Amino acid sequence: MIHTHTYDALVVGGGGAGMMAAIYLSRESRLRTAVISKLYPTRSHTGAAQGGIGAALGNLEEDHPEWHAFDTVKGSDYLGDQDAIETMCREAVDVVIELEHMGLPFSRTPDGKIAQRPFGGHTHHQGQGPVRRSCYAADRTGHMILQTLYQNCIKNGVEFFDEFQVVDVMLAEGRCVGVVAYEVATGDLHVFHSKSVNLATGGFGRIFSITSNAHANTGDGPAVALRRGIPLEDMEFYQFHPTGIYKMGILITEGVRGEGGVLRNDYGERFMERYAPTMKDLASRDVVARAIYQEMREGRGINGKRYVYLDATYLGAEVIEQKLPDIADFCRTYLGVDPVHEPMPIQPTAHYAMGGIPTNVDGCVVIDDRGTVVPGLYAAGETACVSVHGGNRLGTNSLLDLVVFGRRSGLHMAEFCLEADLGSLPENPTRDVAAELERLLSVAAGEPPARLRQELQDTMMDFVGVFREEEGMRQAMDKVRELKRRYEAVVVMDKGRRFNTDLLEAWELRNLLDLAEVTAASALNRKESRGAHSREDFPNRDDENWLKHTLAVQDVDGGVRIDYKPVTITQFEPKERVY
Amino acid sequence: MPMVTLRIQRFDPENDQRPVYREYAVNADPTDRVLDAINSVKWYQDGSLTYRRSCAHGICGSDAMRINGANRLACKVLIRDVGAKVTIEPLMGFRVIKDLVVDMEPFFAQFRSVLPYLINDEGAPERERTQSVHEREVYDDTTKCILCAACTTSCPSFWADENFVGPAAIVNAHRFIFDSRDKAAAERLDILNDREGVWRCRTVFNCTEACPREIRITKAIGEVKKAILSSAR
Repeated sequence: MIHTHTYDALVVGGGGAGMMAAIYLSRESRLRTAVISKLYPTRSHTGAAQGGIGAALGNLEEDHPEWHAFDTVKGSDYLGDQDAIETMCREAVDVVIELEHMGLPFSRTPDGKIAQRPFGGHTHHQGQGPVRRSCYAADRTGHMILQTLYQNCIKNGVEFFDEFQVVDVMLAEGRCVGVVAYEVATGDLHVFHSKSVNLATGGFGRIFSITSNAHANTGDGPAVALRRGIPLEDMEFYQFHPTGIYKMGILITEGVRGEGGVLRNDYGERFMERYAPTMKDLASRDVVARAIYQEMREGRGINGKRYVYLDATYLGAEVIEQKLPDIADFCRTYLGVDPVHEPMPIQPTAHYAMGGIPTNVDGCVVIDDRGTVVPGLYAAGETACVSVHGGNRLGTNSLLDLVVFGRRSGLHMAEFCLEADLGSLPENPTRDVAAELERLLSVAAGEPPARLRQELQDTMMDFVGVFREEEGMRQAMDKVRELKRRYEAVVVMDKGRRFNTDLLEAWELRNLLDLAEVTAASALNRKESRGAHSREDFPNRDDENWLKHTLAVQDVDGGVRIDYKPVTITQFEPKERVY
Repeated sequence: MPMVTLRIQRFDPENDQRPVYREYAVNADPTDRVLDAINSVKWYQDGSLTYRRSCAHGICGSDAMRINGANRLACKVLIRDVGAKVTIEPLMGFRVIKDLVVDMEPFFAQFRSVLPYLINDEGAPERERTQSVHEREVYDDTTKCILCAACTTSCPSFWADENFVGPAAIVNAHRFIFDSRDKAAAERLDILNDREGVWRCRTVFNCTEACPREIRITKAIGEVKKAILSSAR
């Protein structure tokens, strides 16, 4: 059964970026807005962010948005667009105050202001030493942002379609005219006809085997956009967070190191002193993740294994229970380790996509190097690439990105919708997805999708992970293409219509395969090392040839075609990056 | 890897008259999550087994279910803590949509009924509203709620009366009633002074035991009761 709805504005995804956009859209009473989310919004992965949101409030010491911008540019390994970074860091102060006014229960300083703590790569006077810039609510800052935004959506009467999975974005005559969604509870398809769509579906860490990301993080937004001809920008830049729980990948916040925790190898040595003499354990994430890998490779992992220790024991019980209670709970639950008394076994974990759907600072999707927009199509949050993170994102800048650009995209959409008319739907808009869903259900016997997914995740982790080289990435490309062929014969065991999560997992696997292919192809193509993209066969940054963004497009034959666009540089000339 | 038997309540209203239990044998490490074992059944044995899950580390609240009779998040219970044979059933008190998936709409309706958002119509200052460390501490515990429904669906008063607003909604009311920045405590106390409000709570402590976030729910409900009594005086 096919249902049709008409709205002015649609937001796809109920995480931080999507709900921030929805709050701004809901303030314009002349517009009909809906949020479509495959999860109940409070299940979104914004809620997993722990350590804080960056803003130069200067509540505890001198700080300036310009310093924040410098750190972000340097952290990005000079690939971030400096105009966008300046916008984000300037609006950071205002947007954090706005969150507080919305009710966010930040931790407080002794004089009652928003509390702040140091975080990796955030410095005073352009690299002189750590600065307290991360505004936090214990170690559940993302949870509090997600809850606060959901609360404000309820207050503003935002309309939600919960547990509806978007399976296609409708483009017609060069503009966006809505989405097609699959209603999980019934198996029905819904055509959402609208003037504008904001894709805010989060990340796709599930292309890797060790990840901090939720099962739900399958890149549904970028994948549907890619298949409709939208390029994806800088997909080779994928962040590995230095400290995931050994084997499980569960995030241990950088806030542990912000509060004074240190990394130690098998000899008990605080090895970051060798890799980053000034910032030490608070160097940026790509630097720390590589250092951990290097230690493990050289046999200094704990007992020779693939992990090192994060030691917070000397912080004392009070700091851990007050400022890092969830971390303590994770360690006790999953490791049987009490961080008050014992060090935590950690390894780098796939964490965050710097790349994504290219947008300008208003969230408008931009498809080429000339700033051409697709009218009505927006993206925000991890799904988007503005680019404010360039080659490597600083901790606390993801929460900042999603509220700043969630807000900006919501404001721009509202203006756009007041001017625009409703475009015409393409002919038979559900045909393609209905055919694919039917095909998946019709296969009687074959491989389980989970087996392909596991092979994909292992391959990406081994060959397109923290360190990369040509031969391995070629193997990864071959493997992904083999998996795409085998995907044509996977079997969905559940043949029912009601709440068929077996079918959805198969559908999501297709998204993962497409995004993994673009990630590997973009990585293979970039012959330098920059930020999180670290090639052993090209160990140096090469500004002469590679100070440019990748734009990857899916060809009609299914391959990947690579193009480029320039990096915007305003005040910070590229320099060597030392922490 | 040792074998574990999962005894799971299955029910698909499209095909089944009543719920049935099916048993699945899976290999599981003692340190695996119960969710990992359930995933292994779904991915490699029976794809029709249906449940919600997302973050897999206890912060999204998707996978609350009854594990050996107690409400737990499947991703926060390890195999070593549940034994070699585990019984898994949906939460009690909400309509089963399929297998372990229950209809959460009434739960979110309860949540919305207590005005779960900051209300303060006084003009906001240019910078943050200040709040002392102590004022912030008073409602810290109830800010941890992830709306998983483990508490509400463990409450005998809720089982007996589905119109009871339930512990989760009271927790979220508490979070604002005791926030020094909020100005609508009286309205919320009025809502909870209703016959379907806090007085249905008989202090059984099931909610506190069920909470995966270790929120002291019964204590929070007690504080709301006290606030109603002292505001009536």
